[in-house]
Amino acid sequence: MNTPVIAAEGLSIRVDGRTVLADITVAVAPGEIVTIVGPNGSGKSTFLRALIGALPPASGRVIRAPGLRIGYVPQKLAIDATLPITVSRFLSLPRRVPQDVAAEALARAGVPDLANRQMTDLSGGQFQRVLLARAVLERPQLLLLDEATQGLDQPGSAAFYQQIEEVRQDLGCAVVMVSHDLHVVMAASDRVLCMNGHICCEGTPEVVADAPEYRALFGTGTRGALALYRHQHSHSHDDDCGHDHGAEHMHQHGDR
Amino acid sequence: MLDDFMIRAALAGAGVALASGPLGCFVVWRRMAYFGEATAHAAVLGVALALALSAPILPAVVLAAVLMASAVTLMRGRGYAMDTALGVMAHTALAAGLVAVSLLADVRLDLMAFLFGDILAVSRSDLAVIWGGGALVLGLTLWRWSDLLIATLNPDLAHAAGVDPRRAETWLTLALAVVVAVAIKVVGVLLIAALLVIPAAAARPLSGTPEGMALGAAGIGGLSALAGLYGAYLFDTPAGPSIVCVAALSFIVTTLARGLVRGR
Repeated sequence: MNTPVIAAEGLSIRVDGRTVLADITVAVAPGEIVTIVGPNGSGKSTFLRALIGALPPASGRVIRAPGLRIGYVPQKLAIDATLPITVSRFLSLPRRVPQDVAAEALARAGVPDLANRQMTDLSGGQFQRVLLARAVLERPQLLLLDEATQGLDQPGSAAFYQQIEEVRQDLGCAVVMVSHDLHVVMAASDRVLCMNGHICCEGTPEVVADAPEYRALFGTGTRGALALYRHQHSHSHDDDCGHDHGAEHMHQHGDR
Repeated sequence: MLDDFMIRAALAGAGVALASGPLGCFVVWRRMAYFGEATAHAAVLGVALALALSAPILPAVVLAAVLMASAVTLMRGRGYAMDTALGVMAHTALAAGLVAVSLLADVRLDLMAFLFGDILAVSRSDLAVIWGGGALVLGLTLWRWSDLLIATLNPDLAHAAGVDPRRAETWLTLALAVVVAVAIKVVGVLLIAALLVIPAAAARPLSGTPEGMALGAAGIGGLSALAGLYGAYLFDTPAGPSIVCVAALSFIVTTLARGLVRGR
């Protein structure tokens, strides 16, 4: 394996005196897609927040590759309605970015026309894509996504994952994401970590789906999700995404 | 020129408004309105402290405000909701301050002046304190503007961008304490929060960017101070409350104007 972009060694996190994560050891290789699954309260978001440095380790450590650029998409971002801010201003925080860089990031995230819109006027899907654009602004080597498709419907989140895959191919960045969309996740990942306060099991999606620890948490029903992931569909979309809808692929919708 | 008390009053009002406008935007965005109120109430305790120790009032008020912020943070850490923590601390500080002032039997203190301000009695040295403190707060807010803004949007995003959101919170708490300390003379303890919140809220419907809103809040605050003073002079009404009334009026006007534009 190449030198990891980021790694946790025996990482434990305590929040309010309670151990939320215990003894996590993980290394993420360049370009790898690692997905973290696990029940609510299993410490998935905590793990990502520890990786960006928002939570200090109680023991163990986080090792970053020197000069590592991280793009982070938080779980939820509620912008107060009293705060007027345009998309391009939002991208220029805390450091101002040149307009062409912002435009390129927005295009990469699939929302090229939103620069002058108010953040509070965006739809859920557009909002998440703007967050993705923000995360890829500095061409990160590591993209961290915390349930980035929360609040999106199924076609919306499938399209979003498709976008992430394109971004990864574009930038060659590693991706670590937390997700509840087991269907998509299990097929789109190189490696799956099943987490419940510690790492229950890990491996390729096939290995994890068969692992008794995974089945104990999620049941056996999701095994079939792998088969569901790739499918045919030929209905039409009233959007302008401009590609053939008959082929085998994931959905892509232009958000309106 | 500074010999005229009306000129001094106008300069004092405008000075406080210019500093409290941009800071007030953060108070509104972060939903800290009640926190501003609590800081202001703590000022009464600071005044009592200063009188008891014959210490200068300004640092005592800032200290009381910072102690208030720490106490609220401590209570939050023990599982109390923000509004409960603030409700307990704000009113405790106000009540304890009033009791402490009354115990200082040898001090004749015009309590009304502290509660509602005494802008017409602003001296040259008061003016220096107000503009000095105001410039400090305004400078701090502008210098850390982007950091404060990203920390306000989302603490984790700030972390990921290399900005410590806790530091931003500390800056805001300190700035709030200074604004309260310099605004006491102008609008009094009970109406300081109004000077923070109302101009910012009034500027909201007119703004498309955070910077525009901060500028608008400073402008509306400044104009309210001048118009309020003029109104107080014209109708012989108390100056501090008159300033707040004008600010409230501009809030109503901008909100209605926005409603009309949207309704079309």
